[in-house]
Amino acid sequence: MEYFLEQLINGITLGSIYGLIAIGYTMVYGIIGMINFAHGDIFMVGAFISLIAILAIGLTASASFALLLLALILVLAIAMILAAAYNWTVERVAYRPLRGSFRLAPLISAIGMSIVLQEFVRIAQGGRPKPMQPLISGGIELMHTTTERGDFVVRLSTMQIVIIVSTLALMALFTALITRTSLGRAQRSCEQDMKMASLLGIDVNRTISITFIMGATLAAVAGLMFFLRYGVIDFYIGFLAGVKAFTAAVLGGIGSIPGAMLGGMVIGLIEVFWSAYFSVEYKDVAAFAMLAVVLIFLPQGLLGKPEVEKV
Amino acid sequence: MASWQTNPVLRVDHITMRFGGLIAIDDLSFTVGRNDITALIGPNGAGKTTVFNCLTGFYKPTEGMIVMRHEDGKEFILERMDDFRISQFAKVARTFQNIRLFAGMTVLENLVVAQHNTLMKASGYTVAGILGAAGYRRAEREAIEKSKYWLDKINLTDRADDPAGDLPYGAQRRLEIARAMCTEPKLLCLDEPAAGLNPRESDDLNKLLLSIRKDQGIGILLIEHDMKVVMEISDHVVVLDYGQKIADGTPAQVKTDPAVIRAYLGVDEEEAPPIAEKLVTEAIVRAEHESQPPGKQGER
Amino acid sequence: MTAATQQSQAGTDYRRIFIDTALTALIALAIIGPIVGMNATAPQGGLVLEYRWTMVFWLVAIIAAGRLFLQLLVWNRPAWVEPIHIKRTGAAAIAIGAVALLVGLSNMDSPVGFLAQIHPSLAAWMIAFGVFALVLGIWLMTSATKEIAEARGAQTGGLMRAVEPYGKYVGVALFLIAVVLPFIPGVDRRIVDLAILMLTYVMLGWGLNIVVGLAGLLDLGYVAFYAVGAYSYALLSTVYFPLWFGEGITPWTFWLVLPLAGLLAACWGIILGFPVLRLRGDYLAIVTLAFGEIIRVILINWYDFTGGPNGVSDIPRPSFFGIPFSNDENGFAATFGLTYSPLQRIIFLYYVILVLALITNFVTTRLRKLPVGRAWEALREDEIACRSLGINTTNTKLTAFAIGAMFGGFAGSFFATRQGFVSPESFVFMESAIILAIVVLGGLGSQIGVVIASIVVIGAFEVFREMAFLKAIMPAGFDPVQFRMLAVGIAMVLIMRWRPRGLITKRDPSIYLKEKKAVSADLVAQGHG
Repeated sequence: MEYFLEQLINGITLGSIYGLIAIGYTMVYGIIGMINFAHGDIFMVGAFISLIAILAIGLTASASFALLLLALILVLAIAMILAAAYNWTVERVAYRPLRGSFRLAPLISAIGMSIVLQEFVRIAQGGRPKPMQPLISGGIELMHTTTERGDFVVRLSTMQIVIIVSTLALMALFTALITRTSLGRAQRSCEQDMKMASLLGIDVNRTISITFIMGATLAAVAGLMFFLRYGVIDFYIGFLAGVKAFTAAVLGGIGSIPGAMLGGMVIGLIEVFWSAYFSVEYKDVAAFAMLAVVLIFLPQGLLGKPEVEKV
Repeated sequence: MASWQTNPVLRVDHITMRFGGLIAIDDLSFTVGRNDITALIGPNGAGKTTVFNCLTGFYKPTEGMIVMRHEDGKEFILERMDDFRISQFAKVARTFQNIRLFAGMTVLENLVVAQHNTLMKASGYTVAGILGAAGYRRAEREAIEKSKYWLDKINLTDRADDPAGDLPYGAQRRLEIARAMCTEPKLLCLDEPAAGLNPRESDDLNKLLLSIRKDQGIGILLIEHDMKVVMEISDHVVVLDYGQKIADGTPAQVKTDPAVIRAYLGVDEEEAPPIAEKLVTEAIVRAEHESQPPGKQGER
Repeated sequence: MTAATQQSQAGTDYRRIFIDTALTALIALAIIGPIVGMNATAPQGGLVLEYRWTMVFWLVAIIAAGRLFLQLLVWNRPAWVEPIHIKRTGAAAIAIGAVALLVGLSNMDSPVGFLAQIHPSLAAWMIAFGVFALVLGIWLMTSATKEIAEARGAQTGGLMRAVEPYGKYVGVALFLIAVVLPFIPGVDRRIVDLAILMLTYVMLGWGLNIVVGLAGLLDLGYVAFYAVGAYSYALLSTVYFPLWFGEGITPWTFWLVLPLAGLLAACWGIILGFPVLRLRGDYLAIVTLAFGEIIRVILINWYDFTGGPNGVSDIPRPSFFGIPFSNDENGFAATFGLTYSPLQRIIFLYYVILVLALITNFVTTRLRKLPVGRAWEALREDEIACRSLGINTTNTKLTAFAIGAMFGGFAGSFFATRQGFVSPESFVFMESAIILAIVVLGGLGSQIGVVIASIVVIGAFEVFREMAFLKAIMPAGFDPVQFRMLAVGIAMVLIMRWRPRGLITKRDPSIYLKEKKAVSADLVAQGHG
């Protein structure tokens, strides 16, 4: 029971991170109908920028909590802005010129872009993993049981609280942004019919750029949190996290933001419980198999609309 | 008794098609005569293309039955068959509203692809073909001969080696019909074959359809908005509105049917008939004036 | 880095150009600054930053200068610059570049050459400058030539259109060169090795071309079949064949296991293909990617069967139909009265892969003229129309998957026997990406295109190794080989932008009535969604 609870908390934390990345996939897919294959790498870049910013500020765990929080908000802001610059550039360079090309062209270009980002970071920062001491420690003790085998403590760490709370806050913010503002209206109209939207005076290019920027900022948040939570990153984390987050986006119903969050939770929980109860080695197999199963049997997702084949 | 009642090739029996809450077809029944040209007409959004998609297996109707009956008595229950099997075994071929040719392949290739199943057998399911068996080469020559026959019929022999996407619009429509005919269907379903054609091309199309019926002895079911085509060549007209059948009969019967007039013109019954009849009669007079008389009823 | 809105206004708005350049520099700084400028390294355990601002400055300066150049001379070209001027400038740049390159190359290896006496790294600078001038010159020449031709109203299409009519001769020429290659004077072991590598990729490219180019199904996990072939060969030849048939079978294993490995790969193609073929194009791509990764993770973790990360070693080398390539009296050299040389085995391997590749090509060209091949292409053009014509699209896709996988399996077997060792590291996603890049660069569906693209891509990889001289002018720790995959990624993006249909764009009809006319690429569909 205690073990289960602990894994549940871990799963929700990991799921929050996947959910944040998945929102970027789902928004881009919703608006231009392409899989932004490089999105996972934007997450990776976000994590690297966070790492560099933390080092540049000279932040260590010895700082007081208030200072630490303030500094982390600064780091987060830097990571969001720079990741946005990355994704904006990726869209301008690799996707915008291909609008109207054959259907698989943007996907091939996206794969190329993903390789470029990975290799760029690998060459500039080296291929070795970058470990770091945890910055935020402490937490709340939820349960303490003593058995003959020893003490078992279920803890909710401060880091996990930060991740879950900020994910919920960001999700609320983005949902409000999409449903309440004119930007959200523009996005939804582009989803429906891009040509018509542009005829009605909506700047389609700008709307798409903003969508990419929004996706990147969330990926940067996920990047920082991943780094703070797991303490080690390398240039390759974006590939796996990207595939898992994409699975989450499809599972939740592509195009739906609450769906992406829900899908992220499900994927995070499955991964954590699979590692906890079956096998750690095959946890990626579980994730990839999940992707295949979802795409084959549930392509419309949990919260998506079924599609009717147009003949 | 009309031909479609005594000897139908296709029987549509109380089919209903729902998409979520929307009812696209509502308890529709009709029959198609074995050697008739049957027109399926109705205002936009009446569910005509959905009927076609149910007939050819792209959609599975929510309720009801569709039965294809060959001359030898073999029956096929279409809603239980995969789409490609409907073409392969039940022998129903179709064209599409927005032309679906293989644009990057040549005109000849389009026609040869349509003979896939025959050629596949002749190539020993590829194995004999790879080894260069003589049987396959003979079958391929036959396939070319058959393609030539249809190329001749649609006046595209000169353009056989040009890509299909390069053809003018009217020729693409004709090629799509020829391609469907290369599958040797017993029932040919045409989705708005005259859409976008000029009057001359439209006349050519009528001649083509009439000659297909005469030479191949098959049934043709067509969706058409062009009343001239409908009235000129069809033996039997089925009218749909909001997914329901509102009229069924010969062109002459249908054009005076008050429900049809109401559906088409959206006016009250009292004032509608004169206007509608005038419109339809004018169309027929024009048609008869421009081309040969449509008279086929007398022959059978 | 950015492609800003290009306005074609009368007169040049210098203020706008200045702002645009400044913005470009700013974004370039945002992108390059932190990642390149601050390297997080751990020299003594803890992470510290190593600053490299000079490099950032140069990179940003180059990007901004490039942007300014494009703005001033390409997008907003002054009226007094005529295309003919550009053409002449291009010609001059080519001439200067060629001279610089030759001078640099001839002096590179001699530390006492006259260039080295002026400055130790001058030769390297000369080469770098020469290459840059050549590339710039060629670009200026071709674009200006195209513009002049367009102004005259002539048909354009650049260099490729001019070359395309000779395409069939290129194929014949390449074939003849390939047949005699090992015996051309001056061809050493390194070149034969390189040719073997190229031919392996040609074969993989042709296999993937069936799936992606003909049937229009984007397969991102093609490397899985390569892996299945390699591991089938490795395990069957080292463990199972000796177990089943005794040690005496060893000289024959290659010829017995090769078809088996191909068949196994084809089976895997069907097993993996069957559940996913109903999916849309992009979903299919992602699922195949997932399958490729699943197979790799299983290879790493199923220690008892696959040897885990260590892989399988001591895989028997192929023999000349039972005669081993060894330096003893039963060996190949002694049997045929030749002097022993290790090169004989390499040359034999070369001919093995050449024959395998030619078989692949023969089968594929045959298949294109069979109903199944036409159905593949029809499927790429319009799947719904295919179904309406009675084509069983699932089976058609499965055959494409299975046959493509089979050729991948053959290539994998060959890889295993050539290396004598396989491990999961050889079958990562990047390998799939390289093969896909070859197919895309060559032109989807084109057989000769794949050959040219393999030569270009694998040759370029080799060129990166040759560029070690750049170390002289670059910061310490610079290694050009590191940039290979980055170049592949950039190439994939650039091809999609400028030549999405690849080098060879014409499609050859599979059957004709009177005359064979190539189909222009604009009409040919590429994959459905």
